Amino acid sequence: MIKIENLCIKLPGFTIDNINLSIKDGEFFIFLGPTGSGKTLILEAIAGIRQITGGSIKVKGKDITKLAPEQRGIGIMYQDYSLFPHLSVMDNITFGLRYHKSKSNNSMKWVESLMGLLGLEHLATRMITNLSGGEKQRIALARALAVKPSLLLLDEPLSALDPNFREDIRNILKKLHEKSEITFLMVTHDFTEAAYLGQRAAVIKNGKIEQTGTVAEIFKQPATMFVAKFVGMKNIFPATFNNGKAILDGLDLNLNASCNKDKKFIAIRPEDIMIMKEKISENGLNVFQGKITAITDKGPFCEISAKAGGLIFKTLLTKSALFKMDINETKNIYLALMPSDIHPI
Amino acid sequence: MKKIKHSDPLFYITIFCSFTVVVFILLPLIEMIRQPSMHDLKESICDPDVFRSIMLSIFTSGMAALISIIIGTPFAYLLARNNFFGKKFIESIIDLPIMIPHPVVGIAILGLAGKNHWMGHFLHEIGVQIMGTVTGIVVVLTFVGMPFYINIVKAGFEAIPVRLENVSRSLGASSTETFLRITLPLAWRSILTGTIMCCARAISEFGAVVIVAYHPMIAPVMIYERFTAYGMKYSQPVAVWLIFISLVLFILLRIFSFKKSI
Repeated sequence: MIKIENLCIKLPGFTIDNINLSIKDGEFFIFLGPTGSGKTLILEAIAGIRQITGGSIKVKGKDITKLAPEQRGIGIMYQDYSLFPHLSVMDNITFGLRYHKSKSNNSMKWVESLMGLLGLEHLATRMITNLSGGEKQRIALARALAVKPSLLLLDEPLSALDPNFREDIRNILKKLHEKSEITFLMVTHDFTEAAYLGQRAAVIKNGKIEQTGTVAEIFKQPATMFVAKFVGMKNIFPATFNNGKAILDGLDLNLNASCNKDKKFIAIRPEDIMIMKEKISENGLNVFQGKITAITDKGPFCEISAKAGGLIFKTLLTKSALFKMDINETKNIYLALMPSDIHPI
Repeated sequence: MKKIKHSDPLFYITIFCSFTVVVFILLPLIEMIRQPSMHDLKESICDPDVFRSIMLSIFTSGMAALISIIIGTPFAYLLARNNFFGKKFIESIIDLPIMIPHPVVGIAILGLAGKNHWMGHFLHEIGVQIMGTVTGIVVVLTFVGMPFYINIVKAGFEAIPVRLENVSRSLGASSTETFLRITLPLAWRSILTGTIMCCARAISEFGAVVIVAYHPMIAPVMIYERFTAYGMKYSQPVAVWLIFISLVLFILLRIFSFKKSI
């Protein structure tokens, strides 16, 4: 268990404020947040590279707040790989082994199995320059894992890669996490990565945690407006709540459960809104009429904007569905959504 | 880089200016090298005084560079890696020896080494003499050469991403081990360039040395003495030898560093 309590870092012009987190052993935990939100700073503080102004960090019950980085047993992997340019691939990977003598009997075997898993055997004697981004990333991973850290910190490991490599490394990360008993803590601003890899996550904005929970929770039930926008809730409308209903501008929607008076908005994922040409029986659903105002091409999908009451709802359709439905701008359609997909925030 | 069109006046201006600069630097040197005959050159290097002065020049500037490496490297690292209050001020102090007129440097050091000063008194007590000694020459050359070393090596350290050191620490290496295994091997080239620059500056120093130690004579002082006592003809061969030997040394050092870094 990694326990972070009241972590504060003060820098000129930026503050990390009162971070509280606990990460379970062997978990794949994600720090989510936009660029400049302080995610990397928190990672560096955990690794001991960045001085903190307050708070404590405990790993397996042991307070490591005052330990030097080399005494913590926490690995860090940067976005730019940070491989040692004057050393060969093998020397990079085995760099840390000499400081972990107690495990040395098995350590070469472990390194070999890591290199096999990451497909690096044929590169062992090569120098770092002239390797591809994907290769460098796998070497950096092998180097960090070779010393068997109790916690591996990953700073946007996928964002500098070509899309082809990205999927590769993402799968490798998942596999490595499943194979080792190492806790992973990864920083990303990409929600797809988080959803694929993460078990639990914390959303960070301006040095503060906005929400902590399972990735599914954050995805489905964002706690704040910022999180809702960040995870791609395209439909956020001001609402008042009464008797299990959300009262919007010209529209009432049934909710799953009655809701706190202090909530002021509802949020709906675009893919949770169904779109139909004919009215269907309500059957517990919210069904209402709308008028298409725009169809925007989004690659594999089209985003349909439809006006209902005084609001514009956004929903997604695959291109083939759009073609089959034969709808176009200015047509009247029906929108339907389940009460459980409406999230008061 | 954008290519300048041949029809553009800028093209001719740049060519003309570059040519002027190169000629301005090379012409006097080439003329000086051309003038002494082989016989003059041979005669002057066989003169033990000349040979000794050139060797002393090389030895003392080498010592200045060595001292700069030993005490300047950690200092350059500190400046490259830390931000602290007064850093700009300290950096300007390092640049001071570059700006101060050379005889002033000599006078300043002599003032410190005199018996009237507590430091000179202390040095005298432990048997160190500055005035008119090799020690004095090394002190002066270190004073003028070290700023070049520190500035170059500092820039070299700054060019190494601090993240490499962070990763090394996270893999279990202490800060000293990280410095020795990561930072130093990567800064090797700039340390060598710094050493060459420091040596070059030291070997060319005259004004400060002539005040602290006229004797034993280093090559620039010898050249000056021959010039004032006997004129151009006698000073030129010594100058040519000094240029030649320095050039050979620097080229060797360059070749050595080039091989080492591949």
